[in-house]
Amino acid sequence: MLLNIKDLHVSIKGKEILKGFNLGVNKGEVHAIMGPNGTGKSTLAAAITGREGYDITSGGIEYKGKIINDLEADERANMGIFLSFQYPVEIPGVSMTNFIRTAVNAQREYKGLKPMPASEFLKKMEEKKNLVEIHSKLTKRSVNEGFSGGEKKKNEIFQMAMLEPSLAILDETDSGLDIDALKVVAKGVNSLRSEENGFVVITHYQRLLDYIVPDFVHVMYDGRIVKSGGKGLALELEEKGYDWIKEQFDN
Amino acid sequence: MPKKTENILQENLLEYYRDNKSVLSSGLLDSVKNIKEKAFSFLTNSKLPGNKDEKWRNTDLGSIYSQKFTLGCQAEKYDKSIDEIFVCEVHGFESLKFSMLNGWFYSPGNKKIKIFENGLVVGSMMEAQKQFPEIFEKYFNSVIEENQHGLIAANTLLANDGLFVYVPDNLIVDDSIQLIKMLNREENLFVNSRNLIILGKNSKLSFLHCDDSINHSPGFLNTVTEIVVCENAHLHLNKLQNLNDSTSMVNSTFINQYGSSNITVNVITYNGGLIRNELNVNMLGQGSHADLNGIYLMDKSQHIDNQVFVNHAVPNCSSSELFKGVLDNRSSGVFNGYIFVGRDAQNTSAFQQNNNILMSSDAKIDTQPFLEIYADDVKCSHGATVGQLDTEALFYMKQRGIGDSDARLLLMFAFTAEVTSKINIEALRLSIEDMIKKRLRGELSICDKCVLHCSVPDMPLEFDIDLSKI
Repeated sequence: MLLNIKDLHVSIKGKEILKGFNLGVNKGEVHAIMGPNGTGKSTLAAAITGREGYDITSGGIEYKGKIINDLEADERANMGIFLSFQYPVEIPGVSMTNFIRTAVNAQREYKGLKPMPASEFLKKMEEKKNLVEIHSKLTKRSVNEGFSGGEKKKNEIFQMAMLEPSLAILDETDSGLDIDALKVVAKGVNSLRSEENGFVVITHYQRLLDYIVPDFVHVMYDGRIVKSGGKGLALELEEKGYDWIKEQFDN
Repeated sequence: MPKKTENILQENLLEYYRDNKSVLSSGLLDSVKNIKEKAFSFLTNSKLPGNKDEKWRNTDLGSIYSQKFTLGCQAEKYDKSIDEIFVCEVHGFESLKFSMLNGWFYSPGNKKIKIFENGLVVGSMMEAQKQFPEIFEKYFNSVIEENQHGLIAANTLLANDGLFVYVPDNLIVDDSIQLIKMLNREENLFVNSRNLIILGKNSKLSFLHCDDSINHSPGFLNTVTEIVVCENAHLHLNKLQNLNDSTSMVNSTFINQYGSSNITVNVITYNGGLIRNELNVNMLGQGSHADLNGIYLMDKSQHIDNQVFVNHAVPNCSSSELFKGVLDNRSSGVFNGYIFVGRDAQNTSAFQQNNNILMSSDAKIDTQPFLEIYADDVKCSHGATVGQLDTEALFYMKQRGIGDSDARLLLMFAFTAEVTSKINIEALRLSIEDMIKKRLRGELSICDKCVLHCSVPDMPLEFDIDLSKI
């Protein structure tokens, strides 16, 4: 199993957000995680990727057969975990090209590989930029600085394409996207789907799942998964909203 | 206590002058003797600046005033060329090198002044006074605000040497002129040096001013530089400061700018026990522009103070200031940006920005913008920030696989890049950036002798992450 989360409890500043979360993702699978606001979806992404301030109080995150609870964020990234940020960060003064090359080479070094030759890097970058329809001028700019909302999200997928992760978590990648940008992002994600990698797609809306078709849909509520099903579940949620789930579990 | 200790140095300075007056005055022009006498009476009747003075409130020189210094020392006789006492090579960066050793113009073979075929003159202040008395008298002590404070008076009184540069009208100097100032004595030296740089009309000069320690001995450098930038002249001045932790420096630069002239000044402070840079720009001719920038990278218990004063005396000029600093451990910093816009200075643009990153909870910065505006048609702005490294950006980088220390370095380096990007000689900019990386990694050594030693071909700087394309 690629990712195996068992009975995960996570607190932020002493407040428990994830309350016994379980999820298993195999290679080649796409899992969608849906649910109303404030149920812990972004906390889940933060806990898997090792963001500071998210305390795992019990349970474990197993990735490629190894418990990664205590690993630093950069080591988890180097092991192949990628997060497409809900709010990509602007880093003035660090050029996009240099940032992505530094990241690519850090991950290669972790695997014992030599830095990617410049010509190969540039060729790969050209190819992946075309994939998500990113303008060349964007990669010359500072990371995310002055990018529109859509450009920032495309840039996340571009980085994912460059880094070729084994597990990609897309945290509300659809938020703030118009339908054209959404299609481009989805096309990028779909082209990266393979038998070797897995995706966890966090979203509020069924819309994204029209384009990135999941194998499984899970509904999160109050820090755990309360319902799982196939892609039909997403349609049901779209139709009925989340209230029926809330009612079912609040009582 | 401070009052008593202050008088120790002040009295020593006056006493030294009285005791050595005949030696100190020998060979001086009468006008220069008069200027020295005035400085003597100023220093007799006023105190050296202390933290009771508003402009010195956050920079305490009390511990310096209480020290016993060796006040004068003779020029050392070396026959070796500069290249034999230290190495300074930068790939692709050609410079005409001159140096000062312990306050004296260093002149192997007694060549105290060099007159180039194109009319450029570079050499010792002492010698310039003899060979070019008319030019010297016209400009010497003309730019400084007379005896603005005791340390400037002390410099006028005791500095007998320094660098003199004269660029004739219409001359574009292709190579940069580099001044390397070094201290290499074992005792606690108080060194006063005085520089005079004159750019004639329509001329162009790039000047690199390096202050280096080449051993770990303490010392105090009190430097005054006067610069005249005539009509339509261009000056690109870079100051690199890499002093040891027990050396202090007060570095006062006064620049007079005439019509349509253009200056860029970049002050890069890598290291030093206590450094105060006073940068005073007088805009006296319309259509002039001044771009004034700085980087300071302090740690341990170091102290940096940048005082910038821009006087917009006439209409249609612009000035821009950008100073950025990283302070770690218990280090402290001061930034004071004073912009004065006179009543007649309509259509002035003046911008000022000071950004700081504090790496530790014990580090401290006092930043104060100060705008005094009497004209009504002006565009002025100022801003100051004090913060920590952006934790969101750090996580973003780590999530892509970049290690914590590299991510921090990359962010700190990116923070300074906005300033280094203003250095218009690429080879020099790359060298300065190399130095910044080394400094941020804690690998910068004063024993490199020359501040640019890092780029000597057989000692390439390896950086874990390639920052060259930033």
